[in-house]
Amino acid sequence: MTGATPRRDWLLHLAVIALLFGVQFVLPAYHYSNVSKIMVMASFAIGYNILIGYTGLLSLGHAMFFAAGLYGAGLTVHHLGFDPLSGFLAGLLAALCLSVAIGLVALRTAGVSFMIVTLMFAQAGYLLTLYFGEFTRGDEGFVLKENLLRVVVGDTGFNLIDPAARYNLALLLFTVCLLGSLVLVRSAVGRVLIAVRENEQRTAMLGYNAFLYKLLALVISGTMSGAAGATYALLFTYVGATFAAIQYSILPLLWVLLGGAGTTLGPLLGTLLMFYLVDVSSGQTSSYMLLVGAALIILVLWAPKGILGTLREKRIPWLP
Amino acid sequence: MTLLVTSELSRRFGGLNAVDQVSLVLDRGEIRAIIGPNGAGKTTLVSMICGRIAPSSGGIAFEDQDITGMRPWHRVRHGIVYTFQITSIFGNLSCFDNVALAAQRSDTWATGRWWPRGHGHLAETVLAVLNRVGLSGRAAARASTLSYGHQRLLEVAIGLALKPKLLILDEPTQGLAEDEIVSFCALTRDIAREATVLLIEHNMPVVMEIADRVTVMENGRILAEGSPAEIRADAQVQKAYFGT
Ligand SMILES: Nc1ncnc2c1ncn2[C@@H]1O[C@H](COP(=O)(O)OP(=O)(O)OP(=O)(O)O)[C@@H](O)[C@H]1O
Ligand SMILES: [Mg+2]
Repeated sequence: MTGATPRRDWLLHLAVIALLFGVQFVLPAYHYSNVSKIMVMASFAIGYNILIGYTGLLSLGHAMFFAAGLYGAGLTVHHLGFDPLSGFLAGLLAALCLSVAIGLVALRTAGVSFMIVTLMFAQAGYLLTLYFGEFTRGDEGFVLKENLLRVVVGDTGFNLIDPAARYNLALLLFTVCLLGSLVLVRSAVGRVLIAVRENEQRTAMLGYNAFLYKLLALVISGTMSGAAGATYALLFTYVGATFAAIQYSILPLLWVLLGGAGTTLGPLLGTLLMFYLVDVSSGQTSSYMLLVGAALIILVLWAPKGILGTLREKRIPWLP
Repeated sequence: MTLLVTSELSRRFGGLNAVDQVSLVLDRGEIRAIIGPNGAGKTTLVSMICGRIAPSSGGIAFEDQDITGMRPWHRVRHGIVYTFQITSIFGNLSCFDNVALAAQRSDTWATGRWWPRGHGHLAETVLAVLNRVGLSGRAAARASTLSYGHQRLLEVAIGLALKPKLLILDEPTQGLAEDEIVSFCALTRDIAREATVLLIEHNMPVVMEIADRVTVMENGRILAEGSPAEIRADAQVQKAYFGT
């Protein structure tokens, strides 16, 4: 914990990324597409984890940041003819602005009030996507046309929905988010975020304006979630209001809690496990959400710190 | 020469005058003890000085600047550092990280940059501070695993790493063993060579040994002020505080 051995954690994280790169050559088509999706959703979870895991702020409205990225990219590409990269940047910018605005208001509250305020804002965001149904096509959503998703590089080019392009772009997003979160939590700023999580009052008496640090964490978290949303729209072509609904505020919470809040690799592990848990159980029974619920109760009772959180406590104390 | 002045500083909690028109003058470099029975208003007074509690009326000036409305984290930057009566370290973090939080803050202030200098520089500062309070070798230990006495020392180390001009210690020797108190007195004298120390203390031998001046509080007011010897001789103080 003194940060004297940063090598090990870099090696571990690079190994995880190398593994994800390597498996694409052996995965069957079905899992190939699944893992692409998991990497995008894990990036969403990594963003969420910066807030809940490292800063100790429980948001129940992160769907709005994911949706800001999703619609920021989707609408501009679909209606305004933006090229994919510009669309991605538009999504990123939308999430950035939204998280600054939400942060300035919601961070005046704490604890349960913060949960409720973020929940209300996200609900308002969801209703907005329905209200502007003329552009968003509401719940039904819209699909980005294939010809809009061509990326030209020099003389050649590729299409984002080409499976290999999709997999490796998802991996690129994931790599940036994962290593970004590692750098953040190992930095001087990350140390302050953790201090805010542990004892906000005390942090102020160390000369830190805790509000600014919480705002910074929320903006990084919201923007990262938005980057995942924008990437999702561009790689999987579907843009719909379900992604703004409460379900997508709860899911990242579950992924992070399962994998381990406050661990850099927890979000990936949680997203991966939950995805396949739902996938396998929905094949067996129609009430698969019941199984997921049961799995979560077991987790909360036996390993409240999540898988990697428990592992860090019991075996590998250097895990970031 | 004057470092801190409070003028008719008061704080009410409902109907209770916890601190009542206290005018206190601290000189640079002195060790000032504040004594007084439980509930006299000592913690409330220093909490207003460090900005944890807002005064109901009155003012505070530090280095000739009015700081009455200044936010607590800005006061830390000006050099007012408070160590808590109830030990308030970050129990889940290592001793190193506890002190590093303070050291990286004062480093960015010293350099005027956004980012503290590299890890090597920070580590050097942190280990030096831990060494100074006698906690070298415990850098990697989780703070909550330290003994109570060591936790109090860590609290002081955090304060020192902020490079204070005024270090406020709220009952630092409470719960310490005899030998720990002896080394604590030596440490406080050492600190006082660079900083002014405002010490709230119940342990009279400690006060008599290290304080330059003593302020006695009772019911939110200043009852007496003087050198340790004068205070010991004061009949009013005898009655109020020593109960004889
Ligand atoms: N936040 C608060 N709300 C209401 N009353 C308070 C509050 N803080 C302190 N008081 C009251 O103000 C009075 C002074 O308290 P304070 O903690 O300043 O005393 P103290 O001299 O530090 O005592 P001790 O020696 O026990 O630490 C006490 O009667 C206390 O009950
Ligand atoms: Mg007190």
